Amino acid sequence: MIFSFDLLINAVMSGVLIGGFYAAVTCGVSLSFGILDIVNIAHPAFIILGSYVAYSANATFGLDPIIAAIVVMPAFYALGAVIYQVYYVSFEKRGQESLRGLAFFFGLLFITEVSLVLYFGVDYRYVDAAYIGPSLHLSELDVPLRILMPCLVSLLLIATLQLILSRSFIGRAIMAVAQDPFALRLMAVDPIRIKRIAFGISIATASLAGAFLIIIQPVEPSVGREYIGRVFAICVLGGMGSLPGTVIAAMLLGVVESLTSTFYGPSWAPAVSFGFLLLTLAVRPAGILGR
Amino acid sequence: MRASTFLLICLVISAAVFASANSFGNDYVFFAGYVVLQYIVLGTAWNILGGYCGYVNFGSAAFFALGAYSSVAIYKFYPLPIPALLIIGGAVSGVVGFGMGYLTLRLRGAFFAIATLALAVVLQTLIVNWDYVGGSRGAYIVRPETIAPIGNYIRYLFLVMILLAVAALFIARLIEHSRLGYGFATIRDDELAAEACGVPTLRLKLIATTISGALMGMAGAPFPYYIGYLQPSSAFGLDYAVNSIAMPLIGGTTSWLGPLIGAILLGSLQQIATVTISSAVNLLIVGVILVVFVIVAPNGIIGLVHHYLQHKPEDFVGRRHVEAESPETVP
Repeated sequence: MIFSFDLLINAVMSGVLIGGFYAAVTCGVSLSFGILDIVNIAHPAFIILGSYVAYSANATFGLDPIIAAIVVMPAFYALGAVIYQVYYVSFEKRGQESLRGLAFFFGLLFITEVSLVLYFGVDYRYVDAAYIGPSLHLSELDVPLRILMPCLVSLLLIATLQLILSRSFIGRAIMAVAQDPFALRLMAVDPIRIKRIAFGISIATASLAGAFLIIIQPVEPSVGREYIGRVFAICVLGGMGSLPGTVIAAMLLGVVESLTSTFYGPSWAPAVSFGFLLLTLAVRPAGILGR
Repeated sequence: MRASTFLLICLVISAAVFASANSFGNDYVFFAGYVVLQYIVLGTAWNILGGYCGYVNFGSAAFFALGAYSSVAIYKFYPLPIPALLIIGGAVSGVVGFGMGYLTLRLRGAFFAIATLALAVVLQTLIVNWDYVGGSRGAYIVRPETIAPIGNYIRYLFLVMILLAVAALFIARLIEHSRLGYGFATIRDDELAAEACGVPTLRLKLIATTISGALMGMAGAPFPYYIGYLQPSSAFGLDYAVNSIAMPLIGGTTSWLGPLIGAILLGSLQQIATVTISSAVNLLIVGVILVVFVIVAPNGIIGLVHHYLQHKPEDFVGRRHVEAESPETVP
């Protein structure tokens, strides 16, 4: 292939934008896996659930997918809180989170995916919105609005999360529960309640990430599996629970994936995230902005 | 029971199973039975790492597919007999298991689980892009109609798989009652304490991933001959991953008997559900059973039976009474 500057700059640009979207997909896992130490491998399945909710709202009421996702966020929060409660009572309390807790989330991933297949079928679904289709043209750069929009809202979401974590009482308690739940109890804060809230927030972000996903690409129930490796690679690379680290790592992965698919072909792109994950685990397990 | 006696009993039982399957006079029994046997091998292999060491492997499908695709690659070059393919498939998967373990097992357990999950995606990418074994189009394997002493080829495959299942159970039982097995148990119970006592944890974990991976590869090696047409999405199917986790967890993870019970129950249930309802619903059933079992019966069917035997009904009432008096029960 002839090396062309236009191609390169466009690949980098779309990588950065996709990276912004990956950050939204990962921030929930950064919260649950990075901070709370709950290995929620079912997170991508909840994202797909979010996509289908956005799709249903869009298809029946003509609602904008992002607005629909914000509307159903409380429901996702409640779902997350319930799941954490079950997880706590059945696994964390008994000290069995390592083996059976993982199997529990794996089962949830499976149930969600198969239920979606049974209800919606395996056809690809997509949504309609004003910003899907047109692109911005800045000299040589083509910026499709369907990728720019999720990226911007995603950065907004992460900025909000970071603000909550660093400024509000609940947010500081969430950061504290990761370090020392016992000390938290001495301050008269219930660590279980804090963890439930944090896990609820982490699932709530899946609703928005799901809407982004279906704006960017058509969705079918098993798409989520591609994101498992990606999400955890970003989470580990970003330094486990650091939100700024997550954004940097997500954009890095986005750019590398985009370059790979531009210059080697899109069928190689899924292998990139795994390479990243293994490299990070082998070279610097603490990630870019590790604690 | 001595190891040789155990092996003899297993062989007698498998001969009886083969003879009774033969007496049906219908090849469907062999086709369905093959799948159940394959799950016995996969479940037992998973349990050597997952049940004995406590490390969760989500990539069973990857190791299985690796075995299957090494058979395809060899078939394209020169068709070897199936026992040779078993050894090659096992070796390839064992080496990959070792490499995976070496890179990820130094870290916390969760990283290993995630890495195995990602491994499946990456291996699938490699296979899809590898034209020699058919790429995403898949590969055809022409299965011979008959084979000399046994007759119908599917009976031969069934026989191979039943022997492999016996071998897997034998290995699992051998490990369980050896120094190696006790070492694995210390890792599962408290890795830090084990390390402090001088247990070579990394080496033991590497042995476990290698054995487990090799057995999964062996289970996959005859698969192309069974299915006739292998494509990446069927070899890397999520049902292998979920079944090989669900079966030991439902049966009970601490003993070789658990995966056997789980595979026979769940495998037969799925064969029946696939025929009578639909294959999507049967996967849903597996998922729901898995979640219910890990919550309600953490030690599986074996745990339930043990519990029942240890607390006979009248005894149980007495214990409850004692527990009620103590102010706080130990969780």
